Amino acid sequence: MVGEKNWGSRLFDVANHVFLILFAAACLFPMIHMLAVSFSDRAASTGGFVTVWPIRFTTANYEKIFQARTIYTAAWVSVQRTVAGTLLNLLLTILTAYPLSKSAQAWKGRNIFVWIVVFSMFFGGGLIPWFLVIRSLGLLNTVWALILPGALPVWNVILTMNFFRDVPRELEEAAIIDGASHWRILWDVYVPISAPALAVMTLFCAVGHWNSWFDGMVLMSRTTLYPLQTFLRSVVVTMNLSMLLTMDSRTMFEISDRSAKAATILISTIPILIVYPFVQRYFIVGIKLGAVKG
Amino acid sequence: MPVAGSATAAISGRVAKTRNYLARTWPLYAMFVPGLVALAIFSYYPMYGIVMAFQDYNPGLGFVKSPWVGLENFRSIFANPDFYNIVRNSFVIATAKIVTLQIAAVALALLLNEVVAMWFKRALQTVLYLPYFLSWVVLGGILLDMLSSRGVVALAFRALGLESPMFLGSNTWFVPTLVVTNIWQSVGWSTIIYLAALTAVDPQLHEAAAIDGAGRWQRVRHITLPGIASTVVLLACLNLGNVLQAGFDQVFTLYNPAVYATGDILDTYVYRVGLISARYSLGAAIGLFKSVMGFILIVTAYRLADRFAGYSIF
Repeated sequence: MVGEKNWGSRLFDVANHVFLILFAAACLFPMIHMLAVSFSDRAASTGGFVTVWPIRFTTANYEKIFQARTIYTAAWVSVQRTVAGTLLNLLLTILTAYPLSKSAQAWKGRNIFVWIVVFSMFFGGGLIPWFLVIRSLGLLNTVWALILPGALPVWNVILTMNFFRDVPRELEEAAIIDGASHWRILWDVYVPISAPALAVMTLFCAVGHWNSWFDGMVLMSRTTLYPLQTFLRSVVVTMNLSMLLTMDSRTMFEISDRSAKAATILISTIPILIVYPFVQRYFIVGIKLGAVKG
Repeated sequence: MPVAGSATAAISGRVAKTRNYLARTWPLYAMFVPGLVALAIFSYYPMYGIVMAFQDYNPGLGFVKSPWVGLENFRSIFANPDFYNIVRNSFVIATAKIVTLQIAAVALALLLNEVVAMWFKRALQTVLYLPYFLSWVVLGGILLDMLSSRGVVALAFRALGLESPMFLGSNTWFVPTLVVTNIWQSVGWSTIIYLAALTAVDPQLHEAAAIDGAGRWQRVRHITLPGIASTVVLLACLNLGNVLQAGFDQVFTLYNPAVYATGDILDTYVYRVGLISARYSLGAAIGLFKSVMGFILIVTAYRLADRFAGYSIF
């Protein structure tokens, strides 16, 4: 930045820094508050006295939830869908984007195919037929219902296609002279060169899978089949605490429903907090990829 | 017979050419098949909802045999005063969220851009982007607790000697709550694109202007603002496509019957009528209405984006 600083400019800097710190603190406060509630004892959290620091620190809330084990079942469903779903997303994105990145001369039908893909992004049948199709395929109450319907992330296909088109032609031509097939070219030239972009997309797909709850709510009829976020919704939004804990008199005496809910919320976000630093490293690539997403 | 000979040669030449083409390009078709199958099953096949909307759909009969009812579903939708209410709510909520978020994001990006110390800027970004990565169930769960009558917000109001409004239970406060919490979730992430546009501004412009005696505010007005103007225009155009997208996840986690008058939107209505009450045809008809409107809006938005900002998705 430019050196010269007059009085007004300095005053602005101070005000700006103070404002930004306060704003960031306000954005972070809800998370800190939940953390404090989750470690507070029954009387403090029920009475509504907790702000940013636990009152009468206790880990009882977490202990009870982990002892009840119901959260493990839901977490396992989420792990399955996130791992399998993300891998399938990545595979289909690469395979679909590569042929579409060719010119209409090199791959006949390219322009029709690209429109088939793009149109699906702009127009859909809506919720009801989507549900009926999944039901008619017999996917309800299976983990596949959470993986297959979103198997092809169309927006990522478009981004990857654009990315592949920017790969220098010379690289591909050299590979063709060496007698490489399209499989080889995709795997040995395009995938390695696009690795950072593909990594970002994969992280975003994984976060998306982990955070999904609507499909679990609609497509699973038994609560034991819920992924973690759907489970969390039942506990926190519809306040069905019996799903989480067996509320015997001793448990009710020790912990409050508020603290139990706060602890459940925080447990369910741990995986996001673990991958967050990695996502963050790629924010700059993310600008190019995700920010204009409609 | 020279004529027949050349015809045979031409045909065999074309066959050889086709064979040659396929020998090289069959992998491209093979690669495309799995994605095409996924699209066919989960995107194109559900478009039979268009047919359902004109039927009295019976799951036992399927959409081939279900009886046709013409425009009956649409007649009953348009005769229902609730419908106009949810269309208006969708539009009001979506527009309020879009406009406020864009203004907040531009303002925040400009303020962040004035921060000189990189570590400080990065720390702020880390905090501000975080809510974007949490689901609305998590954010909604936190808000339901904080805004409850025993929540920390009510505590703050009490500390000031005031009575806290029912943010999620009153029709006056529900939409403003959606708007503010939407900013909380998305404003940080939304600044990214403006910050990216600002990094493209040549620093020499600032130096040259400073030498010419331009003050800080003048440089912001004449260098920084023009630097993001085209991005602002682009996003405004693209956002036009979303003026009916009120955000199912947010509304669904936060609303309750007390605020249906202002908070019920097309997507939540389709969910309740279509799935919970299993009135499939009615749900499909409202869904079709929204899909068609959405399609028109998005196509318009992309046209405008192309016209005013030279943007195209591929």
